[in-house]
Amino acid sequence: MSLYRDTGVVLRVQKLGEADRIITLLTRRHGKIRAVGKGVRRTMSRFGARLEPFGHVDLQLYTGRTLDVVTQVQTLDAFGAGLVDDYERYTAASAVLEAADRLTPEERTPAMRIYLLVVGALRTLANGEREPTLVLDAFLLRAMTQAGWAPALLECARCGEPGPHRAFNVPAGGSVCPTCRPPGSVSPAPETLELLSALLHGDWADAEAASAASRREGAGLVAAHVQWHVERQLRSLALVDRPGDDAPWPAEPERGADIASAGADPSPVAH
Amino acid sequence: MYEGPVQDLIDELGRLPGIGPKSAQRIAFHLLGAEPADVTRLQEVLQRVKEGVTFCDICGNVSEQATCRICRDARRDAALVCVVEEPKDVLAVERTREYRGRYHVLGGALDPLSGVGPDQLRIRELLGRIGGQYGGAEVTEVIIATDPNTEGEATATYLVRMLRDFPGLTVTRLASGLPMGGDLEFADELTLGRALSGRRSV
Repeated sequence: MSLYRDTGVVLRVQKLGEADRIITLLTRRHGKIRAVGKGVRRTMSRFGARLEPFGHVDLQLYTGRTLDVVTQVQTLDAFGAGLVDDYERYTAASAVLEAADRLTPEERTPAMRIYLLVVGALRTLANGEREPTLVLDAFLLRAMTQAGWAPALLECARCGEPGPHRAFNVPAGGSVCPTCRPPGSVSPAPETLELLSALLHGDWADAEAASAASRREGAGLVAAHVQWHVERQLRSLALVDRPGDDAPWPAEPERGADIASAGADPSPVAH
Repeated sequence: MYEGPVQDLIDELGRLPGIGPKSAQRIAFHLLGAEPADVTRLQEVLQRVKEGVTFCDICGNVSEQATCRICRDARRDAALVCVVEEPKDVLAVERTREYRGRYHVLGGALDPLSGVGPDQLRIRELLGRIGGQYGGAEVTEVIIATDPNTEGEATATYLVRMLRDFPGLTVTRLASGLPMGGDLEFADELTLGRALSGRRSV
């Protein structure tokens, strides 16, 4: 029996048998791991509450045959408490977890930068310092960058011609110059691309000054970019609670139609 | 591998939750040796459960008729509604024998990771129920009894947001804290924290 210790964020929990759970964690040193929490659904469980989604924990596991087993857990940050009190933060944080899960497809492959981004995003969301949807979009842009799918925002995604350019093409990977512009490109407002660039580089003063329309358009582009490149639809993105927005994403029908079709049906593409 | 129907039965039983291949085999051979009347009874019950059981029009609990036994019971306080996630939670609250109000079953909890949003739950029905009149009384208190986990807490937060604007409606949440028969030193910090913040004067 080999024991090991690591810190991680609980991404997802699934029921297993009578009272157990399979816990999916993104850890600092071992990347994504799936482990069994024995008896954690019982009221008398000593660490059930610590292994809830959004929990940042220090844990000890032993290597099992197929799944590892959690033996000890200690809470480092209980982000859940700050998130479940606010529906907007909760939905944004759920999307952070789902994206992190999708961007780390291989188990046991270290993904420390994504782990650090997840912890940072959850901390910011739980503290309520910033607009939850902006935090989510900043996380998605940076996590995509770490995963190797950085969107081209200030240069052409195809030829590298310095911009800013007017057109944006999701399959091409960002903004495109007039020469390279493939059919089906959208033309977002210039402020929207500035907002995305500010979010990617952590320029919060500029990002928070952006108008509601730019935020909504930016969120649509980010969602489409993520879902196209991970080739999966992120279910929680459609449920993110956006302020002053009764219609679920995408909010802009004329441009959104293009974005939605790219996001909803990410057919495999060769890169 | 067994032949024909025996193997089919083992395969079908093995698909039930919590039943592994060995248990499935044991149950299959038990049924093979059982009295024909016992097997017929089981067969009839299985058929009835699929055909006869529906969900209550008012509360969403499992029911044999259009409205369930609890919603039909005139002795129950119609002004008090306890909101739970699943029909089995109704039974859990009933076992306490402390509660004499009615229920509302949501059919799950808000869980964006599984694609469950407000539209997938029976939240609209709950709001309609509070606005309208059922059983001759207006609802004056809603007790939110969702699970004390992340999804349940988020659902409670969402419900509070939807319910706080109803005039004269009291919204309460189940208390959470230390389990009876437990030890303080083994309590985890989250539960103990909740117990401290929700302490009551005696």
